[in-house]
Amino acid sequence: MGILRMHPPGKLFFLVMVLLSISFYTKSQTTFPVNGVADPRTATFAFTNATIVKDGQTTLQNATLIIREGKIISVGTNAQVPKDAVVVDCSGKYIYPSFIDIYSDYGIAIPERQRNGFDFRAPAQFNSNTKGAFNWNQAIKPEVDGSKLFATDDAKAKPLRDNGFGTVLTHEKDGIARGTGVVVTLANEKENLVIVKEKASAHYSLSKGVSSQSYPSSLMGVIALLRQTYLDAQWYKSKPAKEGTNISLQAWIDNQNLPQIFDANDKWNDIRADRIGDEFGVQYIIKGGGNEYQRINEIAATKATYILSLNFPQAQDVEDPNDARFVSLADMKHWELAPTNPAAFEKANIPFCLTSADLKDLKQFMANLRKAFDNGLSEEKAFDALTKTPATLINVYDKVGSIDAGKIANFLITKGPIFKEKTVILQNWIQGEKYDVKEEGWNDIKGTYNLVISSANGSSNYTLDVKSDNSASVIGKDTLTTKFNYDGKIIKLSFSSAIAKKPAGTDSSAQNKSGKFGGGMRGAAASYRLSGVSNGNVWNGNGDDTAGNILTWTATFAKATPIIADSTKKKMTPKVGKVLYPFDGYGWEELPKPENILIKNATVWTNEKEGKLDNTDVLVKNGKIVQIGKNIVDASAKVIDGTGKHLTAGIIDEHSHIAAASINEGAQSVTSEVRIGDNLNPDDINIYRQLSGGVTSSHILHGSANTIGGQTQLIKLRWGVDDDGLKFKGADGFIKFALGENVKRTTSSNNNRFPDTRMGVEEVLTDAFTRAVDYENAMKNADANNKKKGATQTVVRRDLELDALVEILNKKRFITCHSYVQSEITSLIRVADKFNFRVNTFTHILEGYKVADKMKAHGSSASTFSDWWAYKMEVQDAIAYNATIMQKVGLNVCINSDDAEQARRLNQEAAKSVKYGGMAEEDALKMVTLNPAKALHVDDKVGSIKVGKDADLVLWSDHPLSIYAKSLTTIVDGTIYYDIQKDEAARKYIVHERNRLVQKMMGEKKSGGATMPAQPSFQVILSCGDHEHHDGLITIDASDEDVNTNK
Amino acid sequence: MKKLFFLITSLLFLITANAQDDVYPAKDYKGVLFIINGTIHVGNGQVIENGTIKIENGKIVAVGQNISATQDAKVVDSKGKQIYPGLILPVTDLGLKEIANGVRGSNDYEEIGDLNPSIRSIVAYNTDSKIIGTLRASGILLASVTPQGGTISGSSSVVQLDAWNYEDAAYKLDGAIHVNLPTFIARPNRFAFFLGLPQDHVDPTKQALEKIAEIKSFFRQAKAYLQEPTHKETNLKFEAVKGLFDKKQKLFVHGDQVKQMLIAIDFVKEFGFDVVMVGASESFQIADLLKQNNIAVILQEEHALPATEDDDVDQPYKTPYQLQKAGVLFALNDQHDETRYRNLMFNAGTAAAYGLTKEQALQSITLNSAKILGIDDRTGSLEVGKDANIVISDGDILDMRTSIISAAFIQGRQVSLENKQTQLYERYMKKYGLMK
Repeated sequence: MGILRMHPPGKLFFLVMVLLSISFYTKSQTTFPVNGVADPRTATFAFTNATIVKDGQTTLQNATLIIREGKIISVGTNAQVPKDAVVVDCSGKYIYPSFIDIYSDYGIAIPERQRNGFDFRAPAQFNSNTKGAFNWNQAIKPEVDGSKLFATDDAKAKPLRDNGFGTVLTHEKDGIARGTGVVVTLANEKENLVIVKEKASAHYSLSKGVSSQSYPSSLMGVIALLRQTYLDAQWYKSKPAKEGTNISLQAWIDNQNLPQIFDANDKWNDIRADRIGDEFGVQYIIKGGGNEYQRINEIAATKATYILSLNFPQAQDVEDPNDARFVSLADMKHWELAPTNPAAFEKANIPFCLTSADLKDLKQFMANLRKAFDNGLSEEKAFDALTKTPATLINVYDKVGSIDAGKIANFLITKGPIFKEKTVILQNWIQGEKYDVKEEGWNDIKGTYNLVISSANGSSNYTLDVKSDNSASVIGKDTLTTKFNYDGKIIKLSFSSAIAKKPAGTDSSAQNKSGKFGGGMRGAAASYRLSGVSNGNVWNGNGDDTAGNILTWTATFAKATPIIADSTKKKMTPKVGKVLYPFDGYGWEELPKPENILIKNATVWTNEKEGKLDNTDVLVKNGKIVQIGKNIVDASAKVIDGTGKHLTAGIIDEHSHIAAASINEGAQSVTSEVRIGDNLNPDDINIYRQLSGGVTSSHILHGSANTIGGQTQLIKLRWGVDDDGLKFKGADGFIKFALGENVKRTTSSNNNRFPDTRMGVEEVLTDAFTRAVDYENAMKNADANNKKKGATQTVVRRDLELDALVEILNKKRFITCHSYVQSEITSLIRVADKFNFRVNTFTHILEGYKVADKMKAHGSSASTFSDWWAYKMEVQDAIAYNATIMQKVGLNVCINSDDAEQARRLNQEAAKSVKYGGMAEEDALKMVTLNPAKALHVDDKVGSIKVGKDADLVLWSDHPLSIYAKSLTTIVDGTIYYDIQKDEAARKYIVHERNRLVQKMMGEKKSGGATMPAQPSFQVILSCGDHEHHDGLITIDASDEDVNTNK
Repeated sequence: MKKLFFLITSLLFLITANAQDDVYPAKDYKGVLFIINGTIHVGNGQVIENGTIKIENGKIVAVGQNISATQDAKVVDSKGKQIYPGLILPVTDLGLKEIANGVRGSNDYEEIGDLNPSIRSIVAYNTDSKIIGTLRASGILLASVTPQGGTISGSSSVVQLDAWNYEDAAYKLDGAIHVNLPTFIARPNRFAFFLGLPQDHVDPTKQALEKIAEIKSFFRQAKAYLQEPTHKETNLKFEAVKGLFDKKQKLFVHGDQVKQMLIAIDFVKEFGFDVVMVGASESFQIADLLKQNNIAVILQEEHALPATEDDDVDQPYKTPYQLQKAGVLFALNDQHDETRYRNLMFNAGTAAAYGLTKEQALQSITLNSAKILGIDDRTGSLEVGKDANIVISDGDILDMRTSIISAAFIQGRQVSLENKQTQLYERYMKKYGLMK
C-alpha cells in the first residue's frame, strides 16, 4: 500500500533512475487509511556473492543474505534465493550488521533552558515548577517516557546512517532522573514503525539540567538527592497516605527492572555514580567522559560497562606563548592521550560500547575511531562495541546487532573491510529499506573506455581513461583537459580540444579530429559538454559542442586499470606521554610507597611532655613512628640528615575547602544529607601545594551558605591516590554548621530563604533538632511495633537529612560551626544544651574571646584565624589576640586556613600568636598540629611526634614558626609525598613536557589539522563563600557569584 | 539643673562612646630626640650595629655609631632592638573602605564612570578608620590611598597614619593617576562555566586593543588641550592629568598580564610618562624589558597561589627576587582584604625566604616604595635630612616570631600603638582576670 508521502526531490529522482531496481518500499500500518491505490509489497531481496560478517566471530564468504518485509529471512553460503526476490549482486562487497548507539537523543529535543531572566541573586525556588502529581524535585522525572517524545527526524538520522548506524537508544538528556529510553531504527518512517522497544532503559545523570529549582545546587547535593529518592521509592511502595499519588516515584519503581544508564561523564563521576549504585544494589551502565584512562584501575573496579564517546579534544593554537602559558600541561596531555581511552578499556578488560554522542561533527566519528585504532584499540573490539555489546546491554540482541535470521534487516554494504581507511559505506539498509551513503562507489568505474561521439557530421573516437568518480582524461592525439563526474548513475563529461592559440598558418598538428565538427573554427578551442547515464558497462548520453552541434555519445568499457596493491605500511603506534597520578605535571608515574625512614640529628618538636628535643633521631617504619632518641641505627632505613633542621608533626588544617568538586549546598537551610566525602577531588593541585607547606591532614568542610550544612571529610594529603584513598580512615564523622551573615544571606538584596536574622537562625536549629528527636522516636516505635507478631507493619520514611542529626544527638557525629559574634555562639550552645549534645568546635569564632568562658564550660574547641577582621560587619570586633585569650582561658585552640593559599603558611599563622599576646612557641605550633588533632578526635593517631603515632612529619629548613622555614620533606604515613629535590625535578619535567606538547600541537596546526584558539585552563577554587580569596589570573573562585547557592 | 547637667554629661558620654576613640594623634614634637643602642636598618641596604639616630624638629639630623645623646634631649633606649624606617603601603583603599562586604555605606573607594582622572582619593580619606591604628601598631606609617574602578580611577595621595583629619594626614597630594588596563584573557561566563553551557566566544585581544586605543586617545587629546593655556570650556579630566606630562605625577598602570605590561611601555614611549606597573604578577617573565623601559613595579599580592597549576609552587613568593635580579625598581604591597594590610612586612619576609636578602626585602617596603611614590626625598630610609618616620621592633620585623613593635615615630612624634584591637584585648583580659 502506498501512502501519500513527501520525499525529498533527490530521492524521487533517484528512484526513477535506479538500476538495481530496488523498489521504494513504503511500509504502512494496517490501521492507517490509504489515500489512493493499495501497493502491498514484500520487499524481498537477495544479496548474493557477498562477504557477510554476521557478527564479531562469524564471517561468511561468498554468501547470500535474504530479507523480506524488513526482516532477515536467511543468511548463509547456500541459501535458496526465493523466486520473488530482487537479486542484488554483491560481488566484492561486504555486508555488516549496522551500528547501534545507545547514548543518543535522536528525535528527542533537549528542553530549552530559560537563560533570560535567570539570575543567581534571584530569590530561591524551593519547589518544583512542574505542574502535576510529580516529585518534589524538578530534576527527578523518571516518568518521562522517551517513546512518547520521540519523533522521526530524517535530517538528524542521515548523518548517523552515513556513519553506519542503524539503531539507537534515545532519551531526553535532561535532569537527574531522566526517565526511560526508547530503541528506534534510523529509518525514515512513521514513528509507529521504527520503535523497536518502547521502554528499554532508565537514565540518570549528575546534572539537574534545565530544572529551575534551587536544590540541588552542588554535586554532593545531586548525589544526596539520588540516594534519598531510592529510599523514597522504597517507602512509597508501602503506599503512604501522606504522600498521596506520586507519579514520579511510581515510575522510578517501575523503571528499576530496566537497564540503568548513568551519564557520569568524568572519571571521578563514574566512580561516584557507581557507589550510589552499589548502595542500592544497582549496577549502572556508565556513560564516561573520555578521561577514564587516567584512572583505569579504579574504573575497572566499578565492574560497570561503559559507553564511550569518540569526542577527542582538538589541538589548541599555542603559537602565541602568552596564550599557551595558560593552557595546562594536563589539558595538553589529555589532548594527546584522549584517543588512547578506548584502548585503555580494552587492555583493562572493561566492557564498553561506543557512542557518537558529544561529537560536534559526526563526520569525525570514523576519523576519530581510526585515531583510537592508531592508539591501540582493536578493530574486533570496536566492532563489538558498536553492535553486539550495546544490543546485549539493552536486551535487543534478539532484534539487532548481528546478521541472523529473524532479526531486523539492518545492515551495511561496504566496499571493503569496514574499518579500513579507504573503505566506504555504500548503502545502509534499515528495516529492509535501502539508504544511500555513497552509491557512486558501488561500481568500480576505473578503467579505459572507448568513447564515440557522433553528430550529424559523423563520429569520432577517443579513449576515456577514468581514474575515479571525479577524475578522467579524454585522449585523442594528446591528453585533453577534461572535467568528469560520476555520481553513481549520471555522468558529466566536458573537455576541450587544446587547440593552440597560434596565428593562422602555423603548425596545426595540435588539432585533433574534432576539428571537423568545428567547421572552420580553426584556431579556436572547441569544447564539448556531454552528459549521460551509466547502463552498466556501457554509458550513453548526449551533449553539444561550442559550435552548437548536437551530439550523442557512447562509452564502452574496454579494460580495467590494473590495481596497484595497497602498500600496507603498518602504522606505528604514536609515541605519547605517560599517564601521571594525579594527571598533572606534579603527579607521579608510580605512586610512592611507605619507606623506613630515619631522620637524624634534628630539633624535634614532639608536642608531648618531652617538649623540644635537640639533636634527636626519629625512626619511621610501616607508616608509624617507631623510635625517638639519640644515635638510632637502622640499616633498613633511608637516612635523612636533620642537622640544623627542625622536625614537627604534620600540620592539620581544621578548616579547608580544597580537594572537593563542590563545597556549598546552599539551596536549603538544612542540608545535613550532603557529604563532602561524596565528591572529593584527588586531582586538586592545592593538595600538592599544601604538602609543600607542611600540611598532612585537612578537614574539608561544607561551606557556610546555610545553617546546617553538609557532612565534612577529614583527609590525608596523599597526593596521587584516589578519592577513597584520601580519606582519613577511622576518624569520627563531623558536620558543618554556620551562623550569622552568610546563612542569613546578608549580601543578597532579595533573600527569601528563612532565616533572615540571627533570631531565625536559632529557630532553624531548634526546629531541626526537634524534628530529629521526633523522627528517632518514630523510627524506634516503628521498629518495636514491627517486631510484634501479627502487627501491621509501620513504615517510616528514612530521611538522610534527619539521620545525620540523629547521629549528632547520639554523639556519633560532631559539629564544627562557622560562627563569629558572641550572641550566636551563646545561642547555639544553649540549643545544644537543650538537646543534650555538645558543639564540638566553633570555627572562625572571631569573637570567641568574648565568650571563651562559656565555650570552655560547654567543652568546645575553637578554630580561628590568626589576624583576620573587618571584611564584613560581624568581624568588626575580631582581634588578633583572640587565639591567645582563648588559649589562656583554657580552650583547645586551633588556627585554620579556610583558604587554599594561606594553608601553605599555617605555621606562620600560628606564629602570629607569639606576636599578638605572647603565646609560647611550642603552644603556638600545637595550634596547627596537636590541637586540631584533638578537635578532630584523631590525636591518638596524629598531631605529635610520639612512638606509635602515624608518621605524618615535616622536616623544616628553619625554626618552624619562622617565615624563613620551608618544608624540605613532608611525610604522610611514612610515605614521602613532598620532597624539595623531587619538586625541582618535577619543575624541569613540566617545562620539558610542555615544550614537547606545544611543538606537537603546532605540528598539528602546520599539517592542517583542526585547531581551536588556546583555552586557558581555568582552575576552580572552591571556598565557603565567606570572604575574598587571592587566586591567580585564571582561577575562578566558585563563591564569587555564589553560583551554588542561587544568591 | 541637676537633671540638665546629667543630660549633658550623658550626651557627652554618648558622643564619646560613639566616636569611641581614646587613641589620640601624637602632639607635634619639635625638640631633640635620640634613639640609641639599636641595630639600625637604614633602608638602603646598610645596617648599623649599636647605632644612634638624632632627630630634631621632626627630621633626622644624624645617624651613626658615635653620636652621643645630649642631656636635655628625649632619649629612647633601643638596646637589643631593631630600628627600621616606617613601612609604606604603596597602593591601598585604607580609609576609603571600612567594612569590606555587606555594609555599602562604609565604602568610598570606587566611583561611577569609566574615565575619572579628576577623582581624588584624599578628600574621602577617613583618618578615624579603625584599620589605621592596627597598621601603625605593625610599623606601617605611610600609605598611598588609591581610588579604584573604571578605566582611569583617579589620583592617589600619600598620607601619614597619625592624623586628626585628611589635611593633617596629607603627605603628598595626587602623586599618581591610576589606569586599569583591559584583560587579554577571556574569562568564561561563570553562569555558563558552571552549568557546562557553551561559552559566547569573544576575542579578548580585539576588545582589549579597542579599549587601549580609547585610553591613548584620551591622553593624546589631553596633551593637545594642555598645550593651549586658555579654554572656553574647561575640561576637568584633562586638567587632572597635567602632572603626568610635566612629570609631577606618575602613571600607575594596573595589570598583571604580560600583554598589559607590554602595552604599558607605550605610555613611556609615546607620552614620556613615568610608568609604574601595579599588580604585575607576571612581571617575572619580562623583568628585563621592564628594566630597559624604566618601568617600576608594585607587586600587589605576594601571598597568592601560582597563576597556573604548572607554575612553580613558590612562584609568587620568588617573583620579587626575579625582579631584583633584573634590576627592576619594585615595591611590595599588601592588599589582603581579610587581614587589612597589616602583614606588609611579612610579604617582604616571604620574599626574603625566597631569594632576597633581608635588607633588600626591607627596602622593597620602605625606600623603594618611597622612590616609586616620589617621596624618597622625605622618607623611606633613615638618612640625614629625611623625616623621622621610624619603627622599633623587638626583633626581625619581617618574621612574625619577632616582629613585635615597641615604638613608632612619624615626623619625630612618637605615635600611639594602641588601637581598637589592643583595647579589646585589654578589656577581655580584664574580664577573665588575666591582666597582669
